[in-house]
Amino acid sequence: MSAPAREPFRSVVSAAVPMPRNDIDTDQIIPARFLKTVNRAGLAEQLFCDWRYLADGSPNPEFVLNRPEMAGRAILVAGDNFGCGSSREHAPWALTAWGIRAVISSSFADIFTSNALKNGLLPVAVPPEELMRIGSILEAEPDAQLTIDLEASELHLPDGSVIPFTIDAFARRMILDGTDELGYLLRLEPQLEAYEAAHPPRISTLA
Amino acid sequence: MSDPAPDSARPRTIVQKIWDDHLVAPGTAGAPDVLGIDLHLVHEVTSPQAFDGLRDRGLRVRRPGQTLATVDHSIPTTDRSLPIADEIAATQVSRLEENCREFGIPLHGVGSPHQGIVHVIGPELGLTQPGMTIVCGDSHTATHGAFGALAFGIGTTEVEHVLATQTLLQRRPKSFEVRVDGALHPGVTAKDIILSLLSRIGVGGGTGHVFEYAGSAIRALGMEGRMTVCNMSIEGGARAGLVAPDDTTFEYVAGRPHAPAGADWDAAMDRWRRLPSDPGAVHDRSIGFDAGELVPMVTYGTNPGMGFPITERIPDPERLTDATQRDSLRAALAYMALVPGEPILGKPIDVVFIGSCTNSRISDLREAARMLRGRHVAEGVRVLVVPGSTEVKRQAEEEGLASVFRDAGAEWREAGCSMCIAMNGDQLSPGQYSVSTSNRNFEGRQGKGGRTFLASPLTAVASAVTGRLSDPRALL
Repeated sequence: MSAPAREPFRSVVSAAVPMPRNDIDTDQIIPARFLKTVNRAGLAEQLFCDWRYLADGSPNPEFVLNRPEMAGRAILVAGDNFGCGSSREHAPWALTAWGIRAVISSSFADIFTSNALKNGLLPVAVPPEELMRIGSILEAEPDAQLTIDLEASELHLPDGSVIPFTIDAFARRMILDGTDELGYLLRLEPQLEAYEAAHPPRISTLA
Repeated sequence: MSDPAPDSARPRTIVQKIWDDHLVAPGTAGAPDVLGIDLHLVHEVTSPQAFDGLRDRGLRVRRPGQTLATVDHSIPTTDRSLPIADEIAATQVSRLEENCREFGIPLHGVGSPHQGIVHVIGPELGLTQPGMTIVCGDSHTATHGAFGALAFGIGTTEVEHVLATQTLLQRRPKSFEVRVDGALHPGVTAKDIILSLLSRIGVGGGTGHVFEYAGSAIRALGMEGRMTVCNMSIEGGARAGLVAPDDTTFEYVAGRPHAPAGADWDAAMDRWRRLPSDPGAVHDRSIGFDAGELVPMVTYGTNPGMGFPITERIPDPERLTDATQRDSLRAALAYMALVPGEPILGKPIDVVFIGSCTNSRISDLREAARMLRGRHVAEGVRVLVVPGSTEVKRQAEEEGLASVFRDAGAEWREAGCSMCIAMNGDQLSPGQYSVSTSNRNFEGRQGKGGRTFLASPLTAVASAVTGRLSDPRALL
């Protein structure tokens, strides 16, 4: 039972996709009608689908992801409370399938954070005033490169300033090493057995 | 061993007690706590990739007897004797059936008398009990917190972790006390309490916390009202929300199929009575308000925190000083096609949806039917009534509620999530307005381009009868 191979992650250097809107929920990131899939792959086309495409199915020229220069960018800069709502892990699957490796915001919803970290997608939370400053920098210099250094847990801005950020230490280790949590849990077999011996189940769904 | 520590110890909140009781391995410098899970609920949408993960690693389901599956999200709420017309949904449902067979997990599938929304059947079967840890690949798992359980939604990778180990790696959450004292006026319900909380703290206000709902107004609610409140904890950003168990809880659990009986019941009561937060236990945050000051609530925007008393006027984005907040409200009102300064009462509507894990239980249907009896749905309005479970449906039919709905011109349907998430064909058309008893008014949530007003079942019925967003107090 080997852990699924994932490329170890050190840093990401990229221009940013700006999406200055608060409370972007996972229903926007990927609408529910696409959750009928039984796979993880193939969700890039459905990312932000209802903002990205017009009623006739053509790309909405107003939507940021449809600007040609956005192709290949790996950092999304969004408003506060990114990823709220549904627990669907399809949200980080769709973001990473499109090529996003990190989202910068002033806060993230709890379940989104957990899901993102398990898929090597970095939720980089910065203070609100720093998020505003990043917004202004990107407005003045839309193609500016940002660097997210996971090893150092630092965000480097084009003006030379550095914003430290915090990522759950355990998840950070997993992402840096390209390993996953299940492998860790499976190694705790003795503790699992001790717990189960002391905690007989209170219910049986098989009864 | 598994009993909560005596009250003489450091005062603890109910969440701390449940946490301590389920600690498989305490966190180390680098790693979070490992938390044992008592009940894992599984449905068709967030599980197929998790089962694939088990197969890839050659793992089995560790505790099938603490796992229960049902189908709710993508199944039609029309005639169950027909095959599922949507091929992709049909594949997803049959994949769950195959996975449950292969891994030995009990399934209440299509045709089972216990099929239903996962958060309705857990309590109904007596599987949801005080002091438990309960998870599901669904953010509304907080519903089970009404019983004094620590219940929260997880992603598909975590579903795989629980299937394989019956544990999760978790950081201890912070505690947020929500105290609601006073008494609700007639026509004001549990749904209005939670919509009011969300309007006060916003959709991110509870991030990183678990809500503990307390106060006389919460105590006065029945279990189903408490479930409505806890259900929408996630809409305030809290992964879980709970109510300490009391006699109301114990009476509801007693006698249900999976409830403890005999000596086991006495032992359970012993444990359950020690669960409530100790006097002096410290919450990281708290908020309080008076239920007596509440009136029926409704949302006007595109997230559940954008709500207000139904008697108010649409807010003006130009009055907001923060640019991102102003743009967000502007975008919400543009999507909803609402004009700042106008009253929301009287807004014509197209569809009314009574259902979802928030408001589809028998007490919701009783309240709705009581108001609808002898009245008729307004011309041009489509009303869907979708019971939360096959058992709720049976009970409502036995009590004559179903015929009240049918006679009034509403559609009486099979159990499922239906138009709350609009995955199964039950959906709004672009531009339509709904009054919905569900939990989310996000853009497109009830169908691409659809516009949702979240409200209580009473407000939904009052609006169905008049064809306009209406104050239910006028129809009491």
